[in-house]
Amino acid sequence: MKYAYYPGCSAESTARDMNQSTLAVVKALGIDFEEPKGWTCCGATAGHQTDRLLAMSLPAANLTKVQDMKLDMVVNCAACYNRMKVANHEISSHPAIRQGVRDALDRDYDGSVKVRHLIEILLEDVGLPAINKSLKRSLNGLKVACYYGCLLVRPPGILKFDDAENPKSLDKLVTAMGGQSLDWPCKVECCGGGLSLSRTDVVVELTGGILEMASAAGADCIAVSCPMCQVNLDLRQQDINKQTGRNYQIPIVYITQLLGLCLGIGPGELGFEKLMVPATNVLKKVEVNKP
Amino acid sequence: MITIKKNKNSRALKDAVELLSGVDLRVCFQCKKCSSGCPVGKLAKTRPSEIMRSLHLGAGDELLATDLVWMCASCETCSTRCPMGIDVAAVIDALRRLAIERGAPKPEGNVPLFNRAFLKTVETFGRSYEIGMITAYKLGTGKLMNDTEKFPAMLKKGKIALLPPRGGDKKTVKRIFKKIKESRGPKA
Repeated sequence: MKYAYYPGCSAESTARDMNQSTLAVVKALGIDFEEPKGWTCCGATAGHQTDRLLAMSLPAANLTKVQDMKLDMVVNCAACYNRMKVANHEISSHPAIRQGVRDALDRDYDGSVKVRHLIEILLEDVGLPAINKSLKRSLNGLKVACYYGCLLVRPPGILKFDDAENPKSLDKLVTAMGGQSLDWPCKVECCGGGLSLSRTDVVVELTGGILEMASAAGADCIAVSCPMCQVNLDLRQQDINKQTGRNYQIPIVYITQLLGLCLGIGPGELGFEKLMVPATNVLKKVEVNKP
Repeated sequence: MITIKKNKNSRALKDAVELLSGVDLRVCFQCKKCSSGCPVGKLAKTRPSEIMRSLHLGAGDELLATDLVWMCASCETCSTRCPMGIDVAAVIDALRRLAIERGAPKPEGNVPLFNRAFLKTVETFGRSYEIGMITAYKLGTGKLMNDTEKFPAMLKKGKIALLPPRGGDKKTVKRIFKKIKESRGPKA
């Protein structure tokens, strides 16, 4: 199984833990990842809020690199995944956009590179039976609130990732690992995304609501697959506690970090030390220190 | 609430939004599902359905100054739930683009400045550079020390990269930015 792996900019900075755990997990499962040489930013939210053609051309620069590799592209960052798939859709359905992208890149691109999310690779290509066979530790009933956020599931017509209102992909993985995936109402609520710095008040309000529901559901941790969700929920917890007098201490872990632990990989290799809210309760439950 | 000023620009705004977003605004029948699901709607003075209706009624550039235009988090819940399949989020994107082009009043929090700071690092390094972007944004807002108390811990934990990214195909990205600027004309 070989894929072109697009890490995305966060993977080199605030989501190094996501990147580290992703690479460790795929290695343990025998999946081969190759980075497209010279990959560049997808434009993220700032791109599409600024200019439609810019928002199509920046992903296309990477999609053409993957086209040359003759592989499917796999992405773990929900935001990059979203931008790549939207660009593919727009380019293949609007000749004017395809022409605009051609002018910007000095190369024609038809929007045909297959873009997949890492979760899809795990569930569809590797499959739960194979993952089950590779598990060395159990989540031992850890209560996990699976949080999908926006960009993994919306717009559903283009992304076609799971059910847009009640997705279950992450929950399936948690259950397979012996965890208890919680039924809770904020799976696809917005964390405020890219407003983290420019409208911190909005992000604090939205993440506060999500943490409140996770806490009410009895979550030991929240599992995510998006660097923006992770940073907003993790980093803003102390702001929320300060502003509301609550005392949330809910670790926000990447699903790949949980899977890595269960595949027998050490927390150091999975970037656990980078979490702002320490996942001590998670590591204890999984009995990481036991041989 | 949006107060609509009837003037000669009114038609131009509706047409410009339709052109930029590719959305047929006429099909909205005001069911308000977009507003019900909007996560920032409860915090903003305006709701998405109100923006849609204001465009119907011939709103002009005053619409570009409504707070939701820059408070919208681009979560796309509105577009996902619209029974008529309207990409409401694309309408908001179009309004943002017009707000920049037509020099609408600067909103609270200054998302346009943030977006410029973000894209500038992409243009320079080929990949986004968080510390460079944060510095440029804070210099622009003049509130340098806001929200900086977390940096020491983030750096210590390795949760944020100190140095700019390397290895990105800067040549292609620079070309893209140059071409986009050319296509948008000297005003952008």
